[in-house]
Amino acid sequence: MKVKVNGNDQALDKSEVSVAELLAINSVEMPDMVSVQLNGEFVKKENYVNTYLNEADEIDFLYFMGGGRRSA
Amino acid sequence: MNFTGEQIERYSRHIILQDVGAQGQKKIMEGKVLIIGAGGLGAPAALYLAAAGVGTIGLVDGDQVDLTNLQRQVIHFTPDVGKPKVASAKEKIEQMNPDVQVVTYEEMATASNISGIIRDYDFIIDGTDNFPAKFLINDACVFGRKPFSHGGILRFDGQTMTYLPGEVCYRCVFKGSPPKNAVPACSQAGVLGAVAGMLGTIQAAEALKYFVGKGELLTNRLLVFNALKMNFRTVNIKRNKSCPVCGEKPTIVELFDEEQPVCDLRKEKE
Ligand SMILES: [Zn+2]
Repeated sequence: MKVKVNGNDQALDKSEVSVAELLAINSVEMPDMVSVQLNGEFVKKENYVNTYLNEADEIDFLYFMGGGRRSA
Repeated sequence: MNFTGEQIERYSRHIILQDVGAQGQKKIMEGKVLIIGAGGLGAPAALYLAAAGVGTIGLVDGDQVDLTNLQRQVIHFTPDVGKPKVASAKEKIEQMNPDVQVVTYEEMATASNISGIIRDYDFIIDGTDNFPAKFLINDACVFGRKPFSHGGILRFDGQTMTYLPGEVCYRCVFKGSPPKNAVPACSQAGVLGAVAGMLGTIQAAEALKYFVGKGELLTNRLLVFNALKMNFRTVNIKRNKSCPVCGEKPTIVELFDEEQPVCDLRKEKE
């Protein structure tokens, strides 16, 4: 199965891959620091395990980023 | 507002830009921008907005300049170490462009003061480095219907989006602060100074575009970039129905202060 992760093609050798597994495959160490969008819809964290990918799905991992200044 | 001869000269490279022109420059000069955090993002943003002649620049920061800031916070110089950041930034802006009125707030933004501060401004720039502050700015701008630019940086990465009332907000993307144990340890954090400059400059450009009213803002899309690969990408984002602040059943109906993990390398070493 082929999907698009953050705009790049990624081939998966299994036919059943959940969002949680995809995070692991991509060595996302801290899933709590990521927001996942699947084909333009956000996936709730509690659904990472039971949301399975389909051929040609587009997935974006959006990372939490602080940065700038400790000011508020 | 009529330009003086000196202003026509000073802003000539804007005025000759077809999409800015004298009209756009006037709007910039009537604009009021509030920069929350006079640090890595706020410093470059403030410099470009000042150079552009933004009418009023408000600066919110309760901290003093520290030696570790100078690697990226380009509005502060070596002799400024120990000075309040807002005072240091105000001095530079006034030297650069006397047309700009600078208002300083030597305090941290909190749930109790933020609404009163943002009220007087047309556009807000989030130049803070911690999640509680970012969410506070988001919520205050959603409630106050104020446009704002979100910015985040980490190591070689940056992200930014521009909120307009009624459009995708920061909580549509990130519901709330990540659990404290998930936030990268300080020793793994760090940031390439120039990355802060890139991002703060993009935020300034968004504010200027907002005033001029030309082009497309980073609204309903998140710009993400990685400076190691020098790869830029925008991700389209839709309003999130389950957004806790602007969704169908909002659970956040008033501003609140959250505790924040503070990154202080010196304390970690002790
Ligand atoms: Zn929202």
